[in-house]
Amino acid sequence: MSVFNQSRSNVVRLIFAGMFLIIAAQLFHLQIISKKYKQQAQENALYRKSIYPSRGIIYDRKGRAILNNTILYDLMVTPAQVKNIDTAYLCQLIGIDTVEFRSRVLDAKAKNGPFRPTIFEDLLPPEMYARLEENIWKFPGFNLQERPVRVYPYNAAAHIMGYVGEVDSAILRRSNNYYQLGDYVGRSGLEQYYEKSLMGQRGIEFWLKDNKNRLVRRYGNADLDTPAIAGKNLHTYMDIELQQLAERLLAGKTGAIVALEPSTGGILAMASGPNYDPNSLTGPDKQTNYAKLALDVSGPMLNRAIKGQYPAGSTYKPVGALIGLDEGVIDPSSGIGCLGTYYGCNKPVKCLEKWPGHAANLRLAIAHSCNSFFCNTFRLTVDNPEYHSSRKGLQKWKEYVNAFGLGHRIGVDLPSEDGGNIPDTAAYDKEYNHSWNSCTMVTMGIGQDKMTVTPLQMANAMCIVANKGYYYTPHFVKDIEGAAEEDTLLNRFHQKHEPVSHITDDVFEVVRSGMQDVIEIGTGRPARIPGITMCGKTGTAENKKVIDGRVLKMRDHSWFVCFAPRENPRIAVAVIVENGGYGGAQAAPIASFMVEKYLNDTLRNERLADVNRIAGVNLMPKYLVRLQFKADSGRAADWARLTGDSTRLLKYLDKANRTFLLDTSEGSRNPLMQNIRKMPGYKPLTPRLAPVVPAAAAATPRQDSGRRASAPPDSPAAHRRPDTPVVHRRPDTGDSRKPSSTTIKKPSDQKGDSTQR
Amino acid sequence: MSQRNPTISKGVDWSLVWIWFILCAIGVTSIFAASYHEGENVIQGFISLKTDYSRQLLFFIIAGIIGTFILLTDSKFFTATANLGYAFGIFLLLLVFPFHSKVKGTESIIRFGSAFQLQPADLCKLFVNLALAKYLSRVDTNFTRPRSQLIAAAIALVPAMFSIMQKETGLSLVYFSFFLVMFREGLPASVLVIGFSFSVLVVATLLLEPNTLAIILTLIALLAIYILRRQVKRSRSILFLIVGIWFVCVGVQRFVVPFVFDHVFKPYQVKRIYDAIGKDYVPKDQATEAAIESEQKGKKKDNNYNVKQSKIAIGSGGLIGKGLLKGTQTRYDFVPEQKTDFIFCTIGEGFGFVGSILFLGIYALLLMRIVSVAERQRSVFSRCYAYGVASVLFFHIVINVCMTIGLAPVIGIPLPFVSYGGTSLLTFSVMLFILVRLDADRQMVLR
Repeated sequence: MSVFNQSRSNVVRLIFAGMFLIIAAQLFHLQIISKKYKQQAQENALYRKSIYPSRGIIYDRKGRAILNNTILYDLMVTPAQVKNIDTAYLCQLIGIDTVEFRSRVLDAKAKNGPFRPTIFEDLLPPEMYARLEENIWKFPGFNLQERPVRVYPYNAAAHIMGYVGEVDSAILRRSNNYYQLGDYVGRSGLEQYYEKSLMGQRGIEFWLKDNKNRLVRRYGNADLDTPAIAGKNLHTYMDIELQQLAERLLAGKTGAIVALEPSTGGILAMASGPNYDPNSLTGPDKQTNYAKLALDVSGPMLNRAIKGQYPAGSTYKPVGALIGLDEGVIDPSSGIGCLGTYYGCNKPVKCLEKWPGHAANLRLAIAHSCNSFFCNTFRLTVDNPEYHSSRKGLQKWKEYVNAFGLGHRIGVDLPSEDGGNIPDTAAYDKEYNHSWNSCTMVTMGIGQDKMTVTPLQMANAMCIVANKGYYYTPHFVKDIEGAAEEDTLLNRFHQKHEPVSHITDDVFEVVRSGMQDVIEIGTGRPARIPGITMCGKTGTAENKKVIDGRVLKMRDHSWFVCFAPRENPRIAVAVIVENGGYGGAQAAPIASFMVEKYLNDTLRNERLADVNRIAGVNLMPKYLVRLQFKADSGRAADWARLTGDSTRLLKYLDKANRTFLLDTSEGSRNPLMQNIRKMPGYKPLTPRLAPVVPAAAAATPRQDSGRRASAPPDSPAAHRRPDTPVVHRRPDTGDSRKPSSTTIKKPSDQKGDSTQR
Repeated sequence: MSQRNPTISKGVDWSLVWIWFILCAIGVTSIFAASYHEGENVIQGFISLKTDYSRQLLFFIIAGIIGTFILLTDSKFFTATANLGYAFGIFLLLLVFPFHSKVKGTESIIRFGSAFQLQPADLCKLFVNLALAKYLSRVDTNFTRPRSQLIAAAIALVPAMFSIMQKETGLSLVYFSFFLVMFREGLPASVLVIGFSFSVLVVATLLLEPNTLAIILTLIALLAIYILRRQVKRSRSILFLIVGIWFVCVGVQRFVVPFVFDHVFKPYQVKRIYDAIGKDYVPKDQATEAAIESEQKGKKKDNNYNVKQSKIAIGSGGLIGKGLLKGTQTRYDFVPEQKTDFIFCTIGEGFGFVGSILFLGIYALLLMRIVSVAERQRSVFSRCYAYGVASVLFFHIVINVCMTIGLAPVIGIPLPFVSYGGTSLLTFSVMLFILVRLDADRQMVLR
């Protein structure tokens, strides 16, 4: 029997061998042929950890950091480790209730799983951080994680510095996926324009992770890793004290101030009103604050210095005079007999001066801003017999004006600059069906009609006059730390533009004399500063606004442009205050404060009262209330239509509430009205005391700042100061005070500025 | 028996002992690779008995000591106690019903204290093997008679029945491997062929659409009739046979398999089978779905995940592997149960295709060696026992490895000598050492 079955042992052996062959075949398939398992194992276990470099710091011309980095803390939770903690106490520390606590822990679990840390509360305010840090050992599963945040130690230059925000899909696409979701990127201002320099280079570390996505250890010998390279620091031309003064002067007003250094094109200060607190977009409430700013119809986030397009008004006149002189249609002794009206065309043009002889020659005409004279000059330029037709004359004129940097983008190093408008023949052809003459557009000679300019363009035009024919493209950044010699970003700012070099110096001198007279005997007398020869020009721009479909004539815009000193000018300023009235009323004093502050490094005691007066004026137009109401109720209506939830809309439909919200009488409790009447919480500047001994001078302000930092802000609702800078401010204020111990004059002035922000 | 026998090494087949030693050493190393964490003190880890690899090492040593004792035992002891042992095994199996403790969904484990536990269904294959050998080697057993064949089948399948009742379907399948022994002893080949065809039919039922399979079966039947048309003309019975087989096949795929899946198997078992062949199991109704979910609540990941991770681990090993302690899949716990059922992943990922083939080669060598050892026995008892050992080992190895590479359903069968687990290691070692002992007396005729 055994022998009979002997062959079956071979069958058994065959079965064994067969099964092992099948297994070997499958192993060959898995391990040798198929590549996907290797890749999947990598995906399983490899983690590319991005290491973020610190962003570059932005300094002003004296080396003070205007935009810096600081560390805030996020409270992280690892749900699996949360056991037996005093939930109520933790909730009390963070200021939430236990229901919220539980839902947040659940959210964290859903988001990242129970084994990975997830943000529980982000960007803790310093005092909350201090309280938590002491007690964090009591809460297993919770820990505090550092997070670098941008901070603006001076709370100033919001529009210029810009802010960082998370990348959106458009940026992701444009960057060719260089950025990743959740990255922070400059979203406006210098943060955006110099993003490449500021952001540095992201590093990558390869980590191994386990099945619960916990990072276990570095992969390999870290030889695949790329280290992070810190962002490059920017040094700007800005003077942060001048900037702070500009912002203070624009408080409660719509308008803009631009101060340039004519010899380099460097921007010393650029303010736009209404303003916002840049630190409000970095702290824990940044989302809410951003939404509030974005929905405000007064446009606090609009940088009017480069995006505000205003009629130039009389500030155009020096340019008009230069064109007329260069074209030879007038000469310095040309005059016009003006008695308050220009009758050269069908429609009379009013002139503000009525006494005879105020336009007896060019100098006087500029000094007294004679409308008749410049209307006439404009017409002479356009109807220049040399060109045989007004069409060609207008084209020639447009070339001239464009050469002065008006009507096109100048190319400042900020994103989304606007170009203003200098109309060409086509615009009039369209509107007047090809039948127009110099009279049609005569008010262009006094900077009205279709002409619009931005404050930056006017400041730049002043630079051209100050430099007698050349300018450098206005820009903020002097140099980029550690950048290659041939940095393409800054090259174009070192290029001298000479668009009107054919105009002789004599011609410039005539106009500059006229502009000096503006300050000394003419319309710009409020801007006079003893000891400084200044050339300037006031402007009063007519302001028409379309509100609810009707064209209304609003109060004039107040313009002032100037440069000083007359020889070797160091500063050129353009100021516009919307609805400010005469140029001499609002804009001229503001410009003169700027010039005095910059040239003398301080303001005289007797001028501080004026500064306080102007800084305290609120010129926000009341129609904003109505616009805000329309915008808000429109949004509420959209919301109701989309979601069917009309609770928000009902507030606007209710008649009593409607009347209340539209009430614009002074002293009403209407929140919309209060919003536009709201003033930033600046402390009025106080005159300095008699000079004290340097040591004491150095000590006093420091003490002062320490006390103030710990004291609550005076008007928290009106001007919420984020607490973040408090941590950071001390070294900085100390820094900014360093010069104070060396000179006697400075300290009290700096005290005025930096403590009152 | 207790006195020291100076001729202990006489007749011992050292190759089997060496293979046993190598496999156990590989097992301890693999468990070490799978459970060692960075920064642990290795020596302390091995001494402390707190880590899995140190416990496995301890069991390895215990197995060696027991093996020595077995080698000192008289071979007649095993023939004499075979039936008694079988009875003891059945007794243990019955003992499970009142005294089991519920661990991981099975009801087959008796616990002593916290550290030691016994799984009679696992242990019992040793007793079944001995008892079957004993029965087949009886002088009055004529294995050509169906009656004897039925009794032999019963000896093997009674414990299998108990393990099914204890929700250990995987272990019960092991007992079917004893049919290989019966085949060697003269069970008609048709039984194996039919059994194999039946399992192919069941798998095909799961894989193919019912109608497609019915058409294929019909075509096969028609083809068979066409090929055998001469014989069919001569005797009509062949035609009836073919039609009968066709009828049974269609019946099985149409009614029996769905019935078994719906009423006999638990939903999670059905899902496991579907997972293993790579199909998504769609529960019939919500009650079944709920049943599956409640079954899986205890476990973190389902089997589909296990197999996928295991395949990734083995597949990522490539040709020569990542090296010991370098595998990311096994080091960072991506493969669950990797110390026990999925230990092969550690080898596959760490040593790649070459390592895996060498490792399987050791097993193949072991099996072939056992078969040739079996064929040189004079006594039927030893031969049957040897075939029993080979069959059980073969079944464990093949199912376990196929499980990890996605060729078989995950049924929780350990890899002999390598997987972590004291009972498993001791049972297999004792089985092997009894074989070595019996082989040492191969010139004797044992009854």
